This record gives sequence, C-alpha cells and structure tokens, in this order.
Amino acid sequence: MGRYILRRLLQMIPTLLAVAALIFLIFSVLPGSFAGTMTGGGRRALSPELVAQINAQFGLDKPLPVRFWDYLVRLVQFDLGTSFRTREPVVDLIAARIWPSLQLALSAMALAVTVGIPLGFLAAMRPGSLLDSVTMIGAVSGLSMPQFWLGLLLMYVFALQLGWLPSFGYGEGRLRNLILPAIALGFAPLALLARTTRAGVLEVMASDHIRTAIAKGASPSQMVRWHVLRNVMVLIVTTMGLQIGSLLGQALVIEKLFSWPGLGSLMVDSVAIRDIPVVQGTILVIVLWFLVINVLVDVIYAAIDPRISLR
Amino acid sequence: MTIKATIGALLLAGTALCAPATWAQEVQRGGTLNFTAPYGSSVGTLDITASAEVQTEIVAHAMHRSLYKWNPETGKPEPDLFTEVTVSDDGMTHTYKLRDDAVFHNDKPFTADDVIYSYNRIATPVTASPSANFISRIQGFEEVQGGSATEMSGLKKIDDHTLEITFTASQDPGFDLMQNYVPIYPSNVDGNTQATQPVGLGPFRFVEHVPGSRVSFERFEGFFGEDDQPYLDRLNILIMGEAAARDVAFRNREIDVSVLGSQQYQEYQADADLSKGLLEVAELFTRVVGFDTTKPPFDDKRVRQAVNHGIDKDLIIDRLVKGKAFPAVGFMPTTSPAFDPDAQGYAYDPEKAKALLEEAGHPDGIDLPVIANQNESWGAPIVEAIIPMLARSNIRASVEPVENAVLEDRITGGNFTAFIWSLSSGPDPLNILRCFYSKTAQSACNYTNFSNAEVDRLYEAAQQERDEAARNDLIRQADAIIRDEAPYWFFNYNKAVMAYQPWVHGLRGNPQELAIQDYEKIWIDDTAPADRKPQ
Repeated sequence: MGRYILRRLLQMIPTLLAVAALIFLIFSVLPGSFAGTMTGGGRRALSPELVAQINAQFGLDKPLPVRFWDYLVRLVQFDLGTSFRTREPVVDLIAARIWPSLQLALSAMALAVTVGIPLGFLAAMRPGSLLDSVTMIGAVSGLSMPQFWLGLLLMYVFALQLGWLPSFGYGEGRLRNLILPAIALGFAPLALLARTTRAGVLEVMASDHIRTAIAKGASPSQMVRWHVLRNVMVLIVTTMGLQIGSLLGQALVIEKLFSWPGLGSLMVDSVAIRDIPVVQGTILVIVLWFLVINVLVDVIYAAIDPRISLR
Repeated sequence: MTIKATIGALLLAGTALCAPATWAQEVQRGGTLNFTAPYGSSVGTLDITASAEVQTEIVAHAMHRSLYKWNPETGKPEPDLFTEVTVSDDGMTHTYKLRDDAVFHNDKPFTADDVIYSYNRIATPVTASPSANFISRIQGFEEVQGGSATEMSGLKKIDDHTLEITFTASQDPGFDLMQNYVPIYPSNVDGNTQATQPVGLGPFRFVEHVPGSRVSFERFEGFFGEDDQPYLDRLNILIMGEAAARDVAFRNREIDVSVLGSQQYQEYQADADLSKGLLEVAELFTRVVGFDTTKPPFDDKRVRQAVNHGIDKDLIIDRLVKGKAFPAVGFMPTTSPAFDPDAQGYAYDPEKAKALLEEAGHPDGIDLPVIANQNESWGAPIVEAIIPMLARSNIRASVEPVENAVLEDRITGGNFTAFIWSLSSGPDPLNILRCFYSKTAQSACNYTNFSNAEVDRLYEAAQQERDEAARNDLIRQADAIIRDEAPYWFFNYNKAVMAYQPWVHGLRGNPQELAIQDYEKIWIDDTAPADRKPQ
C-alpha cells in the first residue's frame, strides 16, 4: 500500500509539470498585459517608461524561452513567484486563501454526502414512491440550477426574508456565514450523489446475488449492509472523488457572490488583471488537490472492495 | 437640451453634496460603518503606491493622507499636511510649512523627512510605481528614474516642519499631490511592509485584512486636526464585487452604503423608502467612442463629426443607461471648472451625418469597427444599440467584444480603429488637456493620436498661465476646438449613485469617485442595527 501511494504521488510530478507548462504557454500568448491594466480603467495616463519599468521588474521583457526556464527553475524549488499585483510571494497569497476554500469545499461535500447518499438509498429502496419522485425532481433541478441563481435565492429567503443568516462575508469563519455558500455550492454534488446512489442501488438490487440473499432469508438491513452498500460504494466513492476534486475550482462563482475569501475569487481577479504568477499558482494548487483526491479514491477502492488490488 | 442638461447636472451635484447630512440632528460618536468596495472581489495590495485600482484607493483613503486634499465642494485641492505655502515668483518653488500636530499610527511624529522619503520611494524605478506620474514634475525626477540619482534634487528639507519643493513647471502641484496614490508614509517603516501591515497618518488605523472579504479599521485617536476627529469607532470596508449580492445585503441592512448600477438605480428610484437614501453626483468621467485619428477614414474630421451626428445619445441614456448619465456636449464635463456652459453638442441628425460623409468622399458610407468590453454603460451593449442608428447614416458599425485587460492593452498600444471607454476628465482640466497635446504619447492618454497645432499652443500657454481664470479660459478655447475636431463620439458624463441607509450621515458627493469618501466625516445615529450603532 505504502509503495503504491508513493508511486502515485511521484506520478503526479510529471502531470503537474505538464500542467504548469500548459498554463505558462496559454497565459503567455493570451492578449492583454498587466502593465496595460495600470491605466486603472481609463483613470490615469500610462507612460511608456512605466510600462518598461513594470515589465523589467517582473521579467516580462525577457524572451519567452528564458521566462519559461526561469519559471520551471523556480517551480522545482517550490517557488511560485511573486504577484505582479500585490508584489507578495504567491505562496503567501494562496496560504491566506486555502483554508477558507477548503472549509467551503469540504462543508459543501459534507452536505452532499450526508443528504445525497441517504436520499438516493431511500429513493431506490422505494422506487416509484412519492419520496423517489421528489428526490429525482430535486436531483434534476439541483443539477440544472445555476449556482449564481441558487445563491441569490438562498440569500433572498434565508437572509432577507427570514433574517436567519448573514447574506455575505466570511465572519471569521463562523458557521453562520458558511451555511449559505456551502448549500449553494453543495447542492449540485448533492443532487448528483442522490441520483448516482439511486441508480447504483437499483442496479445492485436487480442482481442475482441479492435475489439469492433474499431467498436465503436475509433481513432488509442485513441485505443493505452486507450486499448492497459494499457493491454500490465503489460507484459512490468515484462520484464523490470527482466532485470533491472539482469543488475547489467550481467555487469561484459562489466565492464572488458571498464575498468568501477563497482561491476561486483570487484566481478570477488575477486573470482579469493578468497577474500571471497568481493565476499559475492557483491553478496548480487546484490541479494538485484534484490529483491527491484521485490517489485517495484509489486507496479507498481497495479498502472497500478487496477484488481491486493496488499495483 | 444642452443648457438644461448642464444646469440639471450642476443642481443635482450641488444637491447631492448636502443631501445625506441631516444637520438638524445632533452628531453622534461611535459605532461601526459597513462601507463597500464594489469594483472587484478583492483588494490587491494595501500599498496604494503599487496599485492603480480604485478598490485599493477606497481602502487607502481610510488610513493615509497626502500633502494636499481634494475639496469636492470647491472642486480644488487644499492644504492637508501643511498649514501654509509660499510660492516663488516664477511659480516653480513651493515652500511648505508642514503640520506639527500630525503623527503616524506607529506614534512617529510627521516631519519633512517623511515627505522626502515617500516621494523618493515612488520615484525609484525599482518600485515601478504607477503613482510616479503624479510626482514627475518634481525637479530631479528624471534623474532618479534614469538611475543617475537616488534622491530628487527638488526636495529640500529646511527644518523638521519646513519643506521646499522645486518643480519643473509652474502649474499648481496640488492636483497631483492631493492624489490618494501619493500618500505620505512614515520614513521609519520599511516600505515593503505597507502591502500587508500599512501604517499611515489617516483617521483610521489598520486592524485586519481578510483577503477577498473585508478590510477593518479602528479610529486613530491621534489623528490631527481638532475639527476632523473621526466619529466612528470602527470601519469595515467590505469587498463586494457582485451588484446583486450588494443589493440583498443593503436591503437586509447588513451594509450601510452601496454603489448602484443603472438597473438598480431605476429600481431604487421606484421604491418609496430606498429612493430617500440616494446620493447622486456628476462624476468627472466622460464616456466616449474614440477614433484613431491617423487612420483613414477617421483622419478626416467630417467623418468623425458624422458619427457624432448619427447617434441619438439622449435616447440611449434614457432607455439603456436608465437616466444614470448626463449627455455629453464635449470632453470637459459639467463639473469641470473649464466647462463652457454655452457649449453646444452635436444634435442627432442622420441626414447631416450622411451629407458630411458624402462631402468627405464616402457616398457609400464607412465601416466603424469598435472594440468594447461588457460594461453595461460604456461597453458592447451601447455599441449594439448605436449600430441601427448609425446605419441610417450609412455608417456600418460593428462591435468586437473583448475582455477588459485586452481592451486596455489594445487602446494603450494603439491596436484599434475605434474603441468605447470611460475616461477620466478631471479634476485638473490642464492635466486633461494634456491628453490632447500632440507630444503626449498614445499610451499616456492621447489615445486617439490627436494632433492640432492650435490646441498645442493653447495647452502650452495654459501651462505657463498662473491666473486660474485665465488658464481655464485657454483650456475652454482648446476644448471648443476638440469638440469641433471630434476625436471622440462624446457620449455621456457619468452620474454616480450611492444608496445609503437612513442612519448614515456625512457622505459627500465626490465627483472624482463617489466611492471615495472622507470616512472621518461620516457618522451613524442610534437607529442603526444593534451590532453597529453607537453605544
């Protein structure tokens, strides 16, 4: 197991380097420059001397291959560079945002798992019932509803109309401030998990070994615990892994809407102002998160189903 | 129409200046103000000298002060960190008697050394400060920028509270040195730490920055000036780039002020309660479509005039901008001291536009490709609205939507035929006229590559003129020529609107940028929510 995890972690290095190279090249050819945004949106004159100074300070006056090489050299030393915009190390900017991002992503996922999986199970155990119909309508709605609109709806109902929760802000990470953004972000994965769980359970329930277990007199709880749950968990864990891996990147709309200090809003503002080192750094962190989650999912597979061996 | 619009704008601006100040009510001290920074989802850096973003300026104005300050009532700079100034006969040397009662948040007394340190730091090329332009007229700036000197020769300390500054031009330095982008930092603090742990001598002391969420301050008890002591105990500047989220938070009484867009402006106007708390001001921004005047067919002023005649701007302002703008008659806005109240703008006249095109040798019309961002008041939606109007005058307009960073890059790089943008048109009219001076680089605001010998002559004469009225008269003459030459389609002057809660008092209609407020003048009464009201 240990060797497997180590090997998978080492395999992440070329993936990360390839992603880093791709991001670097994309943002090198993208039109627009950091110096150009120094007009402050038409508010002030931008002298050619200042443009030259800014480009020189951040090494943007060097040829592309030289910049790329410098970037790679820094990267292998775990140096993500310096933000053009704040002139602080990118690592520091990311460090300040990573915990709120994880808080939001993990809370959203916790909500999705604790509500979505049981709902999917219950719906599958009573196919065609009112619960099943309501769950599936909710799942389809959850998957098709834009996050931005859902966030506004939650703000309107729970903050403006009921006055139960604040409509925005981090509030020192208090639970009260976390609830609405976590629901807005977690609703789509919740719907997907409910739908996936229901489909998985229905498929397992129709299989021969379940019929055999029922014929042998297994109680419903024994059947679910020993025969259904274990078989359907691989599918659920796969879905969970994909969802939790992508939540960090997906959160940007919710972060902006709720003034939540996460990586997503940092990335959006950095793209707008062409603060390339920050864009590269945040994307790399999001990719790294995705890869780590994938390794974890593979390890969990083996724990759930011994037939899956880790080689 | 022109005169009515002008008078209306001035009246509105004047009304706005005193609207929220309920002077009959006794001023209350204490409490917390939840202000908003609406122009993005983060504040890049807390070091204003490293930024050109209004978000940072909104934050910086709470904790920093500059040599001069802007008085929105008079529209002029006035002393802030000095009590008197003596100007030499040639207007080049200013001797400032600095305040002796100002201290920084770290208890360091303010002296001439701090001014010298702050300006030299901005001038040093290694800082690549976007604020450098504001101090570029101090003698020795070029040498520091070029690397042959480390300190500007024009900055001379006479004693701790007397400073002599020599400039390379005789024009009033107040407009440049009042900018929030050239604050005075303490000379005993490493400038690099200002990005995260700012220390200034403004009315509020920095407490905490939660990136992407808020910046918090507390009252600085040592703030100078007996009459300017801040009323509030705490100030939170909440970073809220989403208009819809601000709207919910404002209606939910979680925030005390909110800057409105055109759609919200209409909704708030229609609401009996919300409409009572609207602060409106004619800002010093002119929205335009700019032409590259060196590229055919826009090198012919008749073509540019034809575009101006071919658009019904009143209709667009009414229907699309929801009345949140004033029709422009030229580049200088109504709130500029160089605005000509008798000026006539271009009337909507498609036939005249067609005739001008024919006269210019384009009987089959012209193509007008415009690059634009997605801004609802001065972006692609506006260009889409003018396309059918211009078609009546044989002008085939089209829009190329681009991201904002690309728009700015292409405009400053001269990579366009036409663009739509919002341009600063104040507060210093002479500085604005510089953008039409042929020797000004295209990237440095002469975006249309404008060149006119008479405008150049008037600009140079205005630079030398020390009498304000005479100088403004020269600028007015130049503005008339610019209006006739039409390097831009003069669209509108922005009407900025801020909604405020009924318990908020002391907001001022700042035509430079409404979101920049003198926080020390703001107070809240005890009808504010319990967690924020004065105790």
